[in-house]
Amino acid sequence: MMAGDLHTQTLTQLAQGLEHGHFTSVELTRALLERIERRSDELNAFVTVTADRALAAAERSDAARAKGEIEVLSGLPLVHKDIFCTRGVLTTCGSRMLENFVSPYDATVVERLSAAGAVMLGKTNMDEFAMGSSNETSFFGPVRNPWNLECSPGGSSGGSSASVAARLTPAATGTDTGGSIRQPAALTGTTGLKPTYGRVSRYGMIAFASSLDQAGVITRSAEDAALLLGVMAGFDERDSTSIDQPVPDYVAGLGKSLKGLRVGIVRQHFDAGLDEACRAAVREALAVLESQGATLTEVDLPNLDLSVPTYYVVAPAECSSNLSRFDGVRFGRRAEDPEDLLDLYCRSRGEGFGAEVKRRIMTGTYVLSAGYYDAYYLKAQQVRHLIADDFKQAFADVDVIAGPTAPTPAFKLGDKIDDPITMYLNDIYTIGANLAGLPGISVPCGFAEGLPVGLHLVGPHFGEQQILRASHQYQLQTDWHTRCPESFA
Amino acid sequence: MLARLKVADEEIADTVDKLSRIVDFVDQLAQADTENVVPMAHPLDATQRLRKDAVTESNERGDIQKNAPAVSDGLYLVPKVIE
Repeated sequence: MMAGDLHTQTLTQLAQGLEHGHFTSVELTRALLERIERRSDELNAFVTVTADRALAAAERSDAARAKGEIEVLSGLPLVHKDIFCTRGVLTTCGSRMLENFVSPYDATVVERLSAAGAVMLGKTNMDEFAMGSSNETSFFGPVRNPWNLECSPGGSSGGSSASVAARLTPAATGTDTGGSIRQPAALTGTTGLKPTYGRVSRYGMIAFASSLDQAGVITRSAEDAALLLGVMAGFDERDSTSIDQPVPDYVAGLGKSLKGLRVGIVRQHFDAGLDEACRAAVREALAVLESQGATLTEVDLPNLDLSVPTYYVVAPAECSSNLSRFDGVRFGRRAEDPEDLLDLYCRSRGEGFGAEVKRRIMTGTYVLSAGYYDAYYLKAQQVRHLIADDFKQAFADVDVIAGPTAPTPAFKLGDKIDDPITMYLNDIYTIGANLAGLPGISVPCGFAEGLPVGLHLVGPHFGEQQILRASHQYQLQTDWHTRCPESFA
Repeated sequence: MLARLKVADEEIADTVDKLSRIVDFVDQLAQADTENVVPMAHPLDATQRLRKDAVTESNERGDIQKNAPAVSDGLYLVPKVIE
């Protein structure tokens, strides 16, 4: 294998190359760092590139391998969304508030991946505090989609999706509160997995909406997603909502055929609002699953239309409490020459947060305030229950629910940023899984006007194995996930 | 005031406009029939785990305060609160 080809390989392929001694982790890391150096500015995908650390980690990995000490991800490069705390490295969360924040500790996700031998190449750009669906709310500027530099790579994990799509890294971590892994994966032709709520620890992942946030990955295949999930998942006593359930061998479960898999189709997912070319691509993907032995049945999610408004009460409410920690006193931005303590709080937060984050804090404060709590927050929590029950009922008859990930392919930067509602509706197909705490994955399933389209698969609680297996089997039959933007081949 | 956010004068009109649109949008929740529906606080209906009330952290004040805008002798500095 030529060193010049290394960026084209998946984690699984790279692991084999390292094992057979075709190249070293230092060679691999150097090749990708050089590519990042050359190409990442076009995309604005990184906030920080950790070249020296990466090379040192790769050297240690090669030395350990020489002694026969091999872990599951030994020497394999990846990048972290800048929402994950990384000890001794800038952790900005895409915000001016944390422009200079150097984390004193590692997030559990970071700790587990590096303990398994992964080499971090850098930290990726993102919507500020993960609040956005286009990566345009980042203090560090928007990320560009490698398929068309005028388009958004989706958000909030836009730097992660763009860098994987552009072959700057084989894999990236991300977080998903309403679709922030799956929607950017769909818009960039990558594979994006959001696990069950509580499956992966949230410790050290800067909180946005704690009952919805979940960490996952963006990769170039379902097989790679399964490999990483196996390392990231599992109980963590430092996250009070972490679930203590055994972690299956996700990779081992991929091989089973789709014979007998019951796939549910939600009629409303194909109503008006879905782009024609996206509809055709998703329909075709469903036909592929059927040809592989899956059975398709229609299921009903009657309260689906209310999922976006429910989310835009619950998420801002939780965000307004979570972000109260940014007070200009203990860490983060502090305004100059405050008149008094109140002025210090108000100006530090006013200067540190961007417009979208401020809107969400204000919305959240409003829906939680005494006179409006019942009408908004309590009501939304009740509707959330109805939505979760709809899914529960649907999963009595099917193993997986399939549909489109996003209503349109990647949209132009600037097109939706002035209308929050249009932007929010981008997550219409993904938000339900967060409200109900379900695992979901987006896999590439075709193109619309030259831009990638994603197939969305949702499973029941702890059904990661089912959606990963369905995705992997689909990827054995199709090659959409191997397509690369021409200028980044 | 509740959110402790200073919004610049020139941002106020736009903020009001967008917030009104957001509130109008979430108002559609009122249509839903939620009589006798229990509010859902946790997606898995789990309750928060409790742990033993024991010291588990080591003292890392120095490290942590490296990110603080103003400290003195291990204390965080703020503008005078009591005259």
